[in-house]
Amino acid sequence: MNAAGFPILSLVTFLPLVGVLIIMMVRGDEAVVASNARWTALWTSLVTFLLSLILWAQFDKTTADYQFVEQVSWLPDFGIGYIMGVDGISVLFVLLSTLLTPLCILASWTSVQNRVREYMIAFLILETMMVGMFCALDFMLFYIFFEAVLIPMFLIIGIWGGPRRVYASYKFFLYTLLGSVLMLLAIIALWFQAGTTSIPELSEFDIPFNMQVWMFLAFFASFAVKVPMWPVHTWLPDAHVEAPTAGSVILAGVLLKMGAYGFLRFSIPLLPEASAYFAPFIYVLSIVAVVYTSLVALAQQDMKKLIAYSSVAHMGIVTLGIFTFNQQGIEGALFTMLSHGVVSGALFLCVGVVYDRLHTREIARYGGVAKVMPGYAMVFMLFTMASIALPGTAGFPGEFLVILGAWAVNPWIALGAATGMVLGACYMLTLYRGVAFGKITKDDVRALLDMEAREYAIFAPLIVLALWMGIYPQSFLSFFSVTVAQMVQQHQAAIGAASRLAGL
Amino acid sequence: MFVGAVFFPLLGACISGFLNRWIGVKAAMWSTVICMVLAAICGSLSFWQVAMGGQPATVTLFTWMDVGELEFAWSLRYDTLSAIMVGMVTFISTLIHLYSIGYMSHDATPPRFFAYLSLFTFMMLMLVTADNLVQLFFGWEGVGLASYLLIGYWYDRESANAAAMKAFIVNRVGDVFFMLGMALTFLTFGSLDFDTIFAAASSKVDVTFMGIPSLELIGLLFFGGACGKSAQLGLHTWLPDAMEGPTPVSALIHAATMVTAGVFLMCRMSPIMEYAPFALSVVTVVGASTALFAATIGCVQNDIKRVIAYSTCSQLGYMFFAAGVGLYQAAMFHLFTHAFFKALLFLGAGSVIHAMSDEQDIRKMGGIWKKIPVTYVVMWIGSLALAGIPIFAGFYSKDAILEGAFGAHSAVGMYAFICGILAAFLTAFYSWRLLILTFHGAPRADKHTMDHVHESPAVMLIPLILLACGAVLTGMIFAPYFIGDEYVRFWNGAIFNLPSKHMMEAMHHVPEWVPTLVLTVAVSGIVLAIILYGFFPKVPGRIAAAVPGLYRFLLNKWYFDELYNAIFVQPAKRLARQLWQVGDTRIIDGMPNGAASLAAGTARGVVRLQTGRVANYAFAMIIGLVVFVTLFLMGR
Repeated sequence: MNAAGFPILSLVTFLPLVGVLIIMMVRGDEAVVASNARWTALWTSLVTFLLSLILWAQFDKTTADYQFVEQVSWLPDFGIGYIMGVDGISVLFVLLSTLLTPLCILASWTSVQNRVREYMIAFLILETMMVGMFCALDFMLFYIFFEAVLIPMFLIIGIWGGPRRVYASYKFFLYTLLGSVLMLLAIIALWFQAGTTSIPELSEFDIPFNMQVWMFLAFFASFAVKVPMWPVHTWLPDAHVEAPTAGSVILAGVLLKMGAYGFLRFSIPLLPEASAYFAPFIYVLSIVAVVYTSLVALAQQDMKKLIAYSSVAHMGIVTLGIFTFNQQGIEGALFTMLSHGVVSGALFLCVGVVYDRLHTREIARYGGVAKVMPGYAMVFMLFTMASIALPGTAGFPGEFLVILGAWAVNPWIALGAATGMVLGACYMLTLYRGVAFGKITKDDVRALLDMEAREYAIFAPLIVLALWMGIYPQSFLSFFSVTVAQMVQQHQAAIGAASRLAGL
Repeated sequence: MFVGAVFFPLLGACISGFLNRWIGVKAAMWSTVICMVLAAICGSLSFWQVAMGGQPATVTLFTWMDVGELEFAWSLRYDTLSAIMVGMVTFISTLIHLYSIGYMSHDATPPRFFAYLSLFTFMMLMLVTADNLVQLFFGWEGVGLASYLLIGYWYDRESANAAAMKAFIVNRVGDVFFMLGMALTFLTFGSLDFDTIFAAASSKVDVTFMGIPSLELIGLLFFGGACGKSAQLGLHTWLPDAMEGPTPVSALIHAATMVTAGVFLMCRMSPIMEYAPFALSVVTVVGASTALFAATIGCVQNDIKRVIAYSTCSQLGYMFFAAGVGLYQAAMFHLFTHAFFKALLFLGAGSVIHAMSDEQDIRKMGGIWKKIPVTYVVMWIGSLALAGIPIFAGFYSKDAILEGAFGAHSAVGMYAFICGILAAFLTAFYSWRLLILTFHGAPRADKHTMDHVHESPAVMLIPLILLACGAVLTGMIFAPYFIGDEYVRFWNGAIFNLPSKHMMEAMHHVPEWVPTLVLTVAVSGIVLAIILYGFFPKVPGRIAAAVPGLYRFLLNKWYFDELYNAIFVQPAKRLARQLWQVGDTRIIDGMPNGAASLAAGTARGVVRLQTGRVANYAFAMIIGLVVFVTLFLMGR
């Protein structure tokens, strides 16, 4: 059937739902239910993660084909099937999702105290939807997962969030839904043309240029909101600020990648000419995102908001890299997506550590934390440096490759992206200085305790990854190099064919 | 041996940084020193084998990235250029680790300090042994990080935090150019490995990029990066502020090693720079201007460390214009000798500060030379070397640079020569101003401080004495190799000189009056300072009062900080607030929030119709019926 010998992708996708069933069956008083729910969720997500490691081991890096493919006909009359499979682009995101989920559950261990059962259920469903989305090879299936992700996230923000959680969760939901409706229309239009929604089949199908333009805009509406690109980014800071720590981690770590993944999976392979046509437009939006949101980040007084804006800036680098259409740019974008998932996730956890202690996210309320929490200061420093892309940490290879790729397209774009290096250093160091450095002036800060074993355990895998990705990025880059090479080649062929037609 | 020289410091940093809770403070400190000693042994052996023995080597560790045509590895490249740096860095760093044991003995968290110091050394070694531009950039940013951590080491001081951030951010501005330089190099050469680039350089002379010769643009971009790290005019503002860090840091990072990375980069890239004559002219002009500019400021500063910091800035200018006229060998030689005497001066200053109970203002010193004789003597030696007095190290290298600038016979070379001569005069002047104000005259400190003035412990004096030996001997011993008869064999191709330029010969064929002039200005600077400050201590104050505008201009460092604050920092902050509060909150969020409140308002209006009274509904129904029937009849 596939390299693993059993339907591994479906198993990884739906295993968390088994955990959900178990949690739902637990009865008893509240404390027992809560503790059971925690442990069940943790074990389920850990088993899922271990299972997904098979993908890491068995993935064949020498081919650009889809692997571990499972195919079941679902609605044969409409040409819609249940197709799962991964290639070099998606496989690591499956792993990222399965890795972050147990960490999030651990991070919510003590900070979530009410409705624990429902919370854990929401997280496990979220995991299923995320993994499913990265594995789906049928457009309809993809759409279902893509939209279904919203529901648990909406609940997580709306129920377990901060004081303005209802506003934030509605904003989040409406923004992302609005774009998706247009994407649904585009999918239906595509289905009318091609008679199928299977992605491998669709990529063989030639779409006329006029239609490509409209479909690109429809996809763009959906993906740009998810990324989020400037100027549809304002839902993100609100969502992050109100979401519980673990919600922010997943939001920054995985959900933001869905938009960029959509561009890579659909816009560029299916609509090559329209993508090339709109590329300058994307460059402008990306550069504006980098410069604008970095500046806005500089003015923030709320730790989470600052990191949220920095995420938008990093995503600007990603979209820029994707639309350079060259090997360095796209691999850089993919790598930035991965590293951002690890690093910004970790940064939100860092905020969570002190938030759990003082229950405020205001930078000015801290100061001098390094003195009382040296271990925390070191961890926070590492991820600060990774966020400003210091070579040797996870942030660097991606940003470096994107700038290299962008220079080949247009040096001014590269310059714009590179200004992010300076501004990024400005706001991250301001944050770090405000929190960790300075004299301790407040008694509650002086009484802070350094991180406990559970917290170190959460950070440990992220620390390892942040350094590993910086020092030996090859073990990650090698996953996508063949796929990206093929993608670049096909894109060039498509553009070449189109311009030949135009020449005739 | 090659690997050990680089990685022992990292080992030391890890031991001290992570294990200090278990092994104790003392053990943590000494473990870094031991690791550094091992590294220094390896480093010296490498220098012996590679530079003196002429056996370059490259150790490849493992692939770093392989993306499309782009491929490079982590590796250690040992040729003469890097062997010099490795030998020098490990040696000086070891001495400074040793010195720090005494200097930091009263500190609260010495293991953290030693971990940073060793980490810095490791990063610096990675920088100099890089085999490709990206690894060089790794070290480049790594030393920036270590410098940031060390400047901000006393993080409960606001000024230290501000200085650390400033250093990092200003350096980052330079790094943008470095990054873009790498991008253009990759586009031009399809590789970032030194061997590939250097081999292809001559064939890419005609390649243009946006109408500009690529090699020129590459040269300029890398020089932009070098300006940031080496504090050249325009991006120099961070260096004086960096003196907020502990003094051993100033000695190691902000004098001897890190700030010379820019010069090292220029020399490393000599095969490209040589084909970029315009870029070299820019290097010369900026370097010469910095040499003079920093020297003028050095004359009026009152903080002992800041005077030496500006002197560093000025000496870096010398190195740059030496590279700019094509004398990379002389630039490296000055870098090498400077490392010894500048580290010596800084550590000497540290010893003075230590003796004066952490006083740094030279106006509050004086009259202490008898109480700290060893420090006094080594400061003299350092100053003599800095001023370029014969037999001391600085003489050989500075002389070579100035003669070379004259021998270049070009307009920029002449400009550099004039700036260099003026700066040499000022250098001698401010060095002796410093010496006399610090050590001679009537004591100006309070009695309590004066009673506590004491010579530093042996662990601090031994490094001082060793460095003093270096400041005397390195010039004499190494001159034949770096710039003398042996130079072709010594450099062994590590530096490329365009065959048509003959700079190495031109340097030795200048008129007799040039070296005489160089020596004369240095001596007259010393004499003037001794007269003014030693015999007529009231006169300098009167001179300053006579030209208050000029004095304030120099005292405020040509108003660079104020200028940058006004044109970059404040507007950026204002813009940031505007973008956030107007751009994001009012405009971008205004639209959906407006749409939402419009919908809600409409809904509220509609709600009002649902009154619940049957009469109202009946009325509405009848009206509706009338309208409907009317329409129906009219339509027929």
